[in-house]
Amino acid sequence: NKMAATATMMPFFDQRVSSKHDLVPDWTGQEVSTGTTIMAVEYDGGVVIGADSRTTTGAYIANRVTDKLTPIHDRIFCCRSGSAADTQAIADVVTYQLGFHSIELDEPPLVETAANLFKASCYRYREELTAGILVAGWDRRKGGQVYCVPIGGMLVRQPVSVGGSGSTYIYGFMDSNYKAGLTKDQCLELTATALSLAMERDGSSGGVVRLATISEEGVERRVILGNQLPKFSTH
Amino acid sequence: SPEEQTPGPGWLSEEVKTGTTIIAVEFNGGVVLGSDSRVSAGETVVNRVMNKLSPLHDKIYCALSGSAADAQTIAEMVNYQLDVHSTEIGEDPQVRSAATLVKNISYKYKEELSAHLIVAGWDRRDGGQVFATLNGLLTRQPFAVGGSGSFYVYGFVDAEYHKGMSKEESQQFVINTLSLAMSRDGSSGGVAYIVTIDEHGAEEKVILGNDLPSFFDQ
Repeated sequence: NKMAATATMMPFFDQRVSSKHDLVPDWTGQEVSTGTTIMAVEYDGGVVIGADSRTTTGAYIANRVTDKLTPIHDRIFCCRSGSAADTQAIADVVTYQLGFHSIELDEPPLVETAANLFKASCYRYREELTAGILVAGWDRRKGGQVYCVPIGGMLVRQPVSVGGSGSTYIYGFMDSNYKAGLTKDQCLELTATALSLAMERDGSSGGVVRLATISEEGVERRVILGNQLPKFSTH
Repeated sequence: SPEEQTPGPGWLSEEVKTGTTIIAVEFNGGVVLGSDSRVSAGETVVNRVMNKLSPLHDKIYCALSGSAADAQTIAEMVNYQLDVHSTEIGEDPQVRSAATLVKNISYKYKEELSAHLIVAGWDRRDGGQVFATLNGLLTRQPFAVGGSGSFYVYGFVDAEYHKGMSKEESQQFVINTLSLAMSRDGSSGGVAYIVTIDEHGAEEKVILGNDLPSFFDQ
């Protein structure tokens, strides 16, 4: 493979059964994918999560205002990348499992628990699934946490993590601009800038930037529209 | 893995590639080129100190990526053609001429070759110039990145590049970009080579691994 830089989050499309159908466009035979760029950053007291808003079937943008930041519990979210169907199904399963567990425990669940539930499903069904997920949230025991569950079903906690097809383009930016001890607003700016850069370069990412902060106080969501995104000197 | 047909180390059966990260950036008065130094054959690193910045003429260099054999051959051919051309015109060749010669080979043999060369240098007419020749196109750009490692730093260079950088700022920009890419791309690594070209000539420099900038998780 000449292009040695394959990202773990690259979506791939199902083989087309036939290309002789001129009556219907190509994309009707393609699987729906959240092409995507997603990102999550820990700060002291919570987490910031962000995602683009493009869902594609082949070259057609099926949804240009997708919400890839999915609540799993009051203070736990996941960012979804890969197959839209697979990630929605897994998120639904984990939401049920975590809700049940939280009632049994009679306490808000831990972020690490949610992450392990994602890992369990993603690993067991690794051959059938295409799902790259970031689990992020706040709990009383360890504060803000980000867990990465990439394709294949591994689990690792990281202070900052990116995922999706657009993530390859922003590893360098993230490495050079993240440092420990950033404030909530600095994390928001870092995430918005990183997502804009990725959306600029990745054809499968685009639309608006959705952000959320999760802390002890609760969840705050915001949207940055296309024309309000940061601009760079290369255009 | 699907390619385990012949037993033994990868370098016996795998094509030799410069996995690579290459970059060239123009500043007021010249250009800076940079590359990593890793050459891989499959999983094996067959050369960890290869200089991928190849001179085409006194003040024109090219940066090699893709198949090592293809890239080196193109560079040697263009070096020869440029020698002949500069003798014919009786003066130093233009950077655009060198880039056009590279482009002609890349385009004509695009099905057989898999190499991408970035051409950069200084000439009297237009000063510092950077040309990309990917897949046989020819385009002048303020900066260009290439190779497998470049994907990881598109975001970084988009955010950090601005017009009007000085020579020292451009050198630091190149070193930072290489360092970031080398730490994320398995096919890039080793040391960083940079070449700075201006009206006075070309200056080559090596930055060893432990002298490269490091980042929050290292």
